[in-house]
Amino acid sequence: MLDLDESLVEIILVSLRVSVTATVLAAVVGFLLGAVLAIWRFPGRGALLVLLNAMMGLPPVVVGLLVYLLLSRAGPMGSLGLLFTESAMIIAQWLLVTPLIAALTQQIVADLMLEYREQLYSLGAKRWTMLQTLLWEGRYSLLTVMLAGFGRAISEVGAVLIVGGNIAHHTRVMTTVIALETSKGNLTIALALGMILIALACMINAAAAFSKIYAARLYG
Amino acid sequence: MKQIDNLAVCLGMAFMVLAGSVQAGENFITLASTTSTQASGFFDYYLPLVQRRTGIDVRVVAVGTGQALKLGENGDADVLLVHDRVGELQFVEQGFGVDRREVMYNDFVLVGPKRDPARAAGSESAVAALQKIAGSKAGFISRGDDSGTNRLERRLWQEAGIDPGASGGNWYREAGAGMGAVLNMTAASGNAYTIADRATWLAFRNKTELALLVQGDARLFNQYSLILVNPEKHPHVKKQQALLFMDWMTSVEGQRAIAGFQTAGQALFKPNALQQ
Repeated sequence: MLDLDESLVEIILVSLRVSVTATVLAAVVGFLLGAVLAIWRFPGRGALLVLLNAMMGLPPVVVGLLVYLLLSRAGPMGSLGLLFTESAMIIAQWLLVTPLIAALTQQIVADLMLEYREQLYSLGAKRWTMLQTLLWEGRYSLLTVMLAGFGRAISEVGAVLIVGGNIAHHTRVMTTVIALETSKGNLTIALALGMILIALACMINAAAAFSKIYAARLYG
Repeated sequence: MKQIDNLAVCLGMAFMVLAGSVQAGENFITLASTTSTQASGFFDYYLPLVQRRTGIDVRVVAVGTGQALKLGENGDADVLLVHDRVGELQFVEQGFGVDRREVMYNDFVLVGPKRDPARAAGSESAVAALQKIAGSKAGFISRGDDSGTNRLERRLWQEAGIDPGASGGNWYREAGAGMGAVLNMTAASGNAYTIADRATWLAFRNKTELALLVQGDARLFNQYSLILVNPEKHPHVKKQQALLFMDWMTSVEGQRAIAGFQTAGQALFKPNALQQ
């Protein structure tokens, strides 16, 4: 119990570093991909949309297995030596979160498109300009999308357990330590850690909500 | 344009984190080991000693023995600490590992509900106890995860002349989970038995109505061994540090430290590297 207290902060920091990084990277790709799918028309677009929507429900353990096979020394990217590192966990969570963010962004931008289409066309806006404008207009909704993505990232255990390995002081995160304490029969400690995870999620969501209100006042 | 700039900054930061975690610390080895050594708290006690005496940071990935051997085969670990003699010898024979050293042991125990509906307690052997459990249909929860414990359990059923999966009814359940999870399930069922390694059993905190019923059968002997992943197959294996770790663990000092790990006055693992 004592050693747990000492390393708790460390575990929280690893959790945050991994999930925040994965979510931000997923947002970069997901926002762009979603907006492109909403604005451009090209062959295969429908299939890609179906695929993205289906991948929102991708089981973390499957993603974990895929990333393991990819990063294993016996796999195609094995020479990088990334298995059982934070990078491996970031890659796995990035794969989990990107489809979610892209699919939701597509919906938001498509709705905004309907609203602003006439205006944008009358101004003779190029598609690239439209993409930037619409993403900016949808920023508050997109923040919520990012939070949903972050929620998926920080709460999953299947993928990070396989590619991170739950190594003490290195790749141990909130969810894997909860699984570990449960397996030791320390159910009260496991539950307490679960509460901390929920509190953490609440704080992050509250911070996002406040920044949203603040930004809304600032930009009108 | 501003938001695009922000994105670029975020992206840059993310890659710095990625790069940082790749470079961090070269003096470490990856040890693939079993859930029993982790869940019992052994590594929390032992690895800081290893670091102090050898300077090596040992990073443990705790999985079942079957999966640990697979990690070794793929070159995803430098050293293995596992407990399945048959599987280990095969692993070495196939050229995946070298330098197998027996390092410590404990034993397996049969645990079940205190009221013991199958009257397994006091059986003359573990095999006889399993026969009684099967006969009573009280319930048995198997690891079902190809771990060392699971492999031993399957051999015991074979010796008992019972094919538990085929014998009908749902008294035999394969959890496909680690030792701790299976003990949790067994404790919750109130009617089932399981086989556990003594270390996890002693350290387990959610025993509720479970009790140790059968022990002491020579078949329940549980040997742990170190194996170096073959550096000729996997040149990236950190042979030098790995051997330093293996040498220390099998030295007089390292062996004494194993014996010093105790819960409630009982040593969870007994060193035996020096007796060979």
